[in-house]
Amino acid sequence: MAEEVVLLDFWASPFGIRVRIALAEKGIKYEYKEEDLRNKSALLLQMNPVHKKIPVLIHNGKPICESNVQVQYIDEVWHDTAPLLPSDPYQKANARFWADFVDKKMYELGSKIWRTKGEEQATAKKGFIESLKLLEGELGDKTYFGGENLGYVDIALVPFYCWFYAYEKCGEFSIEAECPRLMAWVKRCMQKESVANSLPEQEKVYELVLRAKKILGI
Amino acid sequence: MEHWVFRHEITYKDKPNVWLQLLNPVLIFGGVRMANEEVVLLSFWACTFAGKVRVALAEKGIEYKSMEQDMVTKGDLLLKMNPVHKKIPVLIHNGKPICESQIILQYIDEIWPHKSPLLPLDPHQRAVARFWADFIDTKICELGKKIWKTKGEEKEATKKEFMESLKLLEGELGDKPYFGGENLGYVDVSLLPFSCWFYAQEKVGDFSIETDCPKLIAWHTRCMEKDSVSRSLPDQQKIYRFVLDLRKLFGVEE
Repeated sequence: MAEEVVLLDFWASPFGIRVRIALAEKGIKYEYKEEDLRNKSALLLQMNPVHKKIPVLIHNGKPICESNVQVQYIDEVWHDTAPLLPSDPYQKANARFWADFVDKKMYELGSKIWRTKGEEQATAKKGFIESLKLLEGELGDKTYFGGENLGYVDIALVPFYCWFYAYEKCGEFSIEAECPRLMAWVKRCMQKESVANSLPEQEKVYELVLRAKKILGI
Repeated sequence: MEHWVFRHEITYKDKPNVWLQLLNPVLIFGGVRMANEEVVLLSFWACTFAGKVRVALAEKGIEYKSMEQDMVTKGDLLLKMNPVHKKIPVLIHNGKPICESQIILQYIDEIWPHKSPLLPLDPHQRAVARFWADFIDTKICELGKKIWKTKGEEKEATKKEFMESLKLLEGELGDKPYFGGENLGYVDVSLLPFSCWFYAQEKVGDFSIETDCPKLIAWHTRCMEKDSVSRSLPDQQKIYRFVLDLRKLFGVEE
């Protein structure tokens, strides 16, 4: 049966990047539609009326919203290739836990690093590094969080790498200095086409952040 | 198979603090006794997230031991089992911890798939169920809390947004008896504990949820007729008294 897969996305969204990587890992062809977040399309508003946010995955006309829900959906529909979640229920729960941890920590703390200054920024930086260190602990000596192959947690976390340069410039710190093992993991992930082709350049994200800071008067 | 019910009194360390005073004896009931399975739930009687897990375990007839936690002075077991977030609920299955209520529900559903399945089999329906569970955990939880924590204009704005969110859920329910269709499902279990706070929110917020969302209230009543639900969730009046105490604690007065 001909499959129609459409992704409504924004080039710099780490949540959208997750879905791009998952689709690439599974070798799924899809139509990418870039959204103007200041002027959202009728399709986006129709497909995600509750949150009006990207990414939205549209599979044969039916929308799926929220990136972790989308990645699990992709894993369940195209279950024969490149499994993202382990089959063991306890390991699955562990993977979901760490992906949820990434959701709770990375976006909010990362945003605070570029949006704030002084004490608030210092607190965010500290929390951000502590979170990365916890993730480093979970990674341990494995090649990827998923073991020998990219898994659910790798896909949840690696998209934030394209924002690291912006965080480092705005926060005046080095993520590599604090978390060398995590950066080694990042480099391994970036050697994979599915990841390298899905992430925008760090410098472009930094330019976006600078423009946003100007608009917000920060 | 054994079926048994008992009332379990929790003893506390003799420390005077408001949280301990608010704790109550917890009703635990057992269902099917399974060989070599040890299921423990680190919980707090009023916690909505823990309530989801209690309902799910009851629906599946899983025997478990509930351990009421001190939310101020967190016990060693909780800190050991959830060192990252230090929060309840934590499900401990044969010594291994599972944290975060949505993750626990899915784990329970995967380990014990045959009785009362929570998630549907179809991937798109599963995605829809997960979407609404996430909506409940973010919107309903946050707005519900704000109703009793705020006053004046902020409270009025919160009430409006809260009702809009509940209406969206009512729309999702439609004419089905449960969000899961003919039986309780993932979204029902996710929303039920929050719906036990409706009475308290109405009293504190001075509004009626039934007026704008009659189908949702009818759904709540229908669910509470099930043993698995009514025995797992706290009484709405008890929650209301708890909220009044919380408002005193947080210094929220009109």
